[in-house]
Amino acid sequence: MLKHRVIPIVLLDGYSVVKTINFDTRRNLGNPITVARIYNSRNVDELILLDINASKSGEKIDEFTVAEVASECFMPLAVGGGLRSAEDISRILSKGADKVVLNSIALENPDFIADGASRFGAQCIVVSIDVKKNGAGQYTVYSHSGKDVRYSLLDWVKEVERKGAGEIVLNSVDNDGCMEGCDLELVRSVSSCVKIPVIAVGGVKEPSDAVGLIRSGAAAVAASSIFHFTSITPNDLKDEMLAAGLPVRR
Amino acid sequence: MGSLIGIVNIGLGNIDSVGRAVRYLGYEFKLCEVPGDLDSVDKIIFPGVGSFRAAVAILAETTFDEAIKDQVLKGNKPILGICLGMQLLAQHGSEDGGADGLGLIGGHVELHRGALEGVSIPHIGWNDVHHQGGELYKGIESGTCFYFVHSYELLLDSVPPYVATANHGVDFIAGFEAGHIFGVQFHPEKSQEKGLQLLRNYIEY
Repeated sequence: MLKHRVIPIVLLDGYSVVKTINFDTRRNLGNPITVARIYNSRNVDELILLDINASKSGEKIDEFTVAEVASECFMPLAVGGGLRSAEDISRILSKGADKVVLNSIALENPDFIADGASRFGAQCIVVSIDVKKNGAGQYTVYSHSGKDVRYSLLDWVKEVERKGAGEIVLNSVDNDGCMEGCDLELVRSVSSCVKIPVIAVGGVKEPSDAVGLIRSGAAAVAASSIFHFTSITPNDLKDEMLAAGLPVRR
Repeated sequence: MGSLIGIVNIGLGNIDSVGRAVRYLGYEFKLCEVPGDLDSVDKIIFPGVGSFRAAVAILAETTFDEAIKDQVLKGNKPILGICLGMQLLAQHGSEDGGADGLGLIGGHVELHRGALEGVSIPHIGWNDVHHQGGELYKGIESGTCFYFVHSYELLLDSVPPYVATANHGVDFIAGFEAGHIFGVQFHPEKSQEKGLQLLRNYIEY
């Protein structure tokens, strides 16, 4: 039986690991290669490496960093940050990534998801969706470039699946970096309208949150702050999931 | 036996991660870009992702097909097929209208039967591999998880000495060992420490 994954996310700003709160306030956390080495030694299921500033500044995630991280990683590696063409994807895969994470380009040109999936395989194309509640408490798709998004959240989620993405990374911007618990309602509403795996991100404060996310329909749980700033490890989450009767890899 | 590993590169998929894993384990490898490169290696690793039929066409065009068969059958060199590489060891694959494989193991490759059981195909992720021993699984418990990414599965005509299975809607072949011919459907190079252990077992056996 396939296992529910627990995936550390490593956010980069250029050459350094950073962590945000609500996608804003940043803390610098040092060298990505050291961080990757630690997660490798922790025997994690998968790693997501994202440059959060690349798209905004018209740059791409640093290839050398990807190659160095990949050389320490013997697990699946998903990489994103400013990838805008098939050539960009090809180059990042050749540096050792197994999947790419698309966000801004997918919103600008949804056909790019389909092109990527047909050229590299659906398993290779992960679309990241950032969600923020508006003043009226409704979920909206958050765009890093600040442009208006013409899709409602659930329309966008369905469109991403229809275009052939292999997985969705679902970020709750309101919970990002807060370690105050997760938005299970968000996970429930998104995962109930697609068949592809949803990786839930944002707000994990304790291992039992992972159980809640999976029971709400997520296929996998990803987190960053809790692993950076507390003594809790991915295995602690998996112990809790296992105790709750969920299949995990141990 | 020496342990220079030859990694067959027919230009399909990313084979670098296999090389990185071999190097990480402290062994040397040679990327085999033309059939003659196989002459100097002691053991062969045959990785691959992508289409069975496209791979068969490249094997024929490069004459890697005859060279691999010679090295394995006449030269008695061990071979480990990974993912599509394992499937290509079979006699036939039905993908994209079908093509004949290398025929180093009796069997054929079909769309994963999980598709008929309502589970999602491709089968992607970590799954338990149950094995009955053999060289590859020394020090690796039956039931250990490995990482899979595939839509097709190998169906064997007869049962080789060692078979490993996994379940995704149905029980299917996760790997086999038949003398010096080995195959794994999963990606040991992406399966963390147990995957590295399996590669080490192959290199050192």
